[in-house]
Amino acid sequence: MSTTTQNPTGTQREQFSGQTGFILSAIGSAVGLGNIWRFPGVAYENGGGAFLIPYLVALMTAGIPILFLDYAIGHRFRGSAPTALRRLGGRWGRWTESLGWFQVGMSFVIGLYYTAIIGWALSYFVFSFDLRWGDDPAGFLVGEYLKVSNDVSVTGDIVASVAIPLAIVWIAAIVVLALGVSRGLERVNVVVMPLLALTFGAVVVRALFLDGAADGLNAFFTPDWGALSDPNVWIAAYGQIFFSLSIAFGIMITYASYRRRRANLTGPGLVVAFANSSFELLAGIGVFATLGFFAFQQGIPVAELEGISGISLSFITFPAILSQMPGGAVVGALFFGTLTLAGFTSLLSILQVTSAAVQEKFGLTPRSGAVAIGLVSAALSFALFSTTSGLYALDAADNWTNNIGVVGSAVIMSVLTVWVLRRGPELLYHLNTVSTVRLGGVWLALIGVVVPAVLGYMLVRAIVTVVTEGYEGYPAGFLVVMGWGALIAIGVITAVATALPWRHHKHDVEPWPPYAAVTTIKEN
Amino acid sequence: MTPTAIALFVLSAMLVWGGLVASTIYLIRRPETSAYPAGGYDESPEHSVVVRDT
Repeated sequence: MSTTTQNPTGTQREQFSGQTGFILSAIGSAVGLGNIWRFPGVAYENGGGAFLIPYLVALMTAGIPILFLDYAIGHRFRGSAPTALRRLGGRWGRWTESLGWFQVGMSFVIGLYYTAIIGWALSYFVFSFDLRWGDDPAGFLVGEYLKVSNDVSVTGDIVASVAIPLAIVWIAAIVVLALGVSRGLERVNVVVMPLLALTFGAVVVRALFLDGAADGLNAFFTPDWGALSDPNVWIAAYGQIFFSLSIAFGIMITYASYRRRRANLTGPGLVVAFANSSFELLAGIGVFATLGFFAFQQGIPVAELEGISGISLSFITFPAILSQMPGGAVVGALFFGTLTLAGFTSLLSILQVTSAAVQEKFGLTPRSGAVAIGLVSAALSFALFSTTSGLYALDAADNWTNNIGVVGSAVIMSVLTVWVLRRGPELLYHLNTVSTVRLGGVWLALIGVVVPAVLGYMLVRAIVTVVTEGYEGYPAGFLVVMGWGALIAIGVITAVATALPWRHHKHDVEPWPPYAAVTTIKEN
Repeated sequence: MTPTAIALFVLSAMLVWGGLVASTIYLIRRPETSAYPAGGYDESPEHSVVVRDT
């Protein structure tokens, strides 16, 4: 059963059917590829067991506070990122709307390549049944499967083996989004998330009984306390938390706007945040138990293993391990099935950001919005990421969009809310009035001082690094097109979408609960 | 596993998984706040239509 209410554009505004559906959908968004292939490697390389301390500090001082900021903006101002931020901005609404479109632009770009990776995972799910990569997983990935070009340049040569699973993922995503929030997105998450927990749990349990698993866990949990004095370790912790929680690029603003007004925000938010971290810890245990087995098979220490995170871990190292593992085909199917499902639920949330924004600005129905955005995105996704240069393009676009775009968005949003618009106390009041877990003034200090300081440092460092050192040795011209080009494309989306007229642009929204300082937000 | 690694594993599990269990139990016991201000039933008073699709 689901409930929909009418929104100010005159169309029926959708809602999650209840708290459980929202929580599972939000966890489905947060738990994605990064939980499985990024966290274990980051933790291991930044102090092992000692990484727990900066990780939890980052969770409490940045991750959860920004998550609550997203919730508060989306829930109070009842819209996708552009709509909600426009209303937050009051008479500066057109400027703050542009920040919303910037977030939509990032989601749009991320959706293009994220789909490609899910397509790979889907292919490997099939390949697992006969361990098709044989004894050369690296050669199979870049040669036989992706057919990666020798030159790092943009090519238009479509690879059929990549394009077919990509088409399946796009069709599935468009169908789910077209069904709407409660009947599509929520129902998929309600079914998939428990299934995801079961399948990944099975993979982890299997890994724990492999020879050498204890050595892997020793490597993962043994603390290097000296790492705590290294600022880079703390930055890595903030980065992991930040990128893992699906915050600051419109997802949680959009999701929170689909909750009814009388809905608890902070209580479910804590469950979502800890569930995300719980899955990361589980992934760390599973991945390093498996790596311990791999090191044992080769007769080397875990420390000498290569390819322990990212695409290399999932599509090269893990297949190599599966080839040596008893029951590798079954474990492989479970692992890549998990990867596909985790990625797909995150993808739905990424695409919903764009779909919702377009629906509201142009007065489209959920179905027409999903289909329109889905078809445009799918076409670009095929052109850029199902080609022989797809791997390079994906790598560059991901680095620029996340490390510069998303981090920059978080810094601007927090500074804008707290210091420029001075709406922090109102949002704090909102959270405390509708929620069971009450926040104090420390939340304002965290989003107003700690978040801009830490993420601002990360942003400057990321920009300086790519300007002075480039990225992964790729040619400068290629990085201009696929790295800076991704940000320029997001900027163009922002400018054009902000400039276009609203289909139903004259609508006032009465923020509830009423706040003494501001009761009605009138748009200009 | 070494005693140190086991200790860090237990500590991690207690804090992260324990945090999930504690926050879930708290939410089950207090799913909603006990008192809301007046209103807040829909987007706005003039748009108070509620449609149930099943």
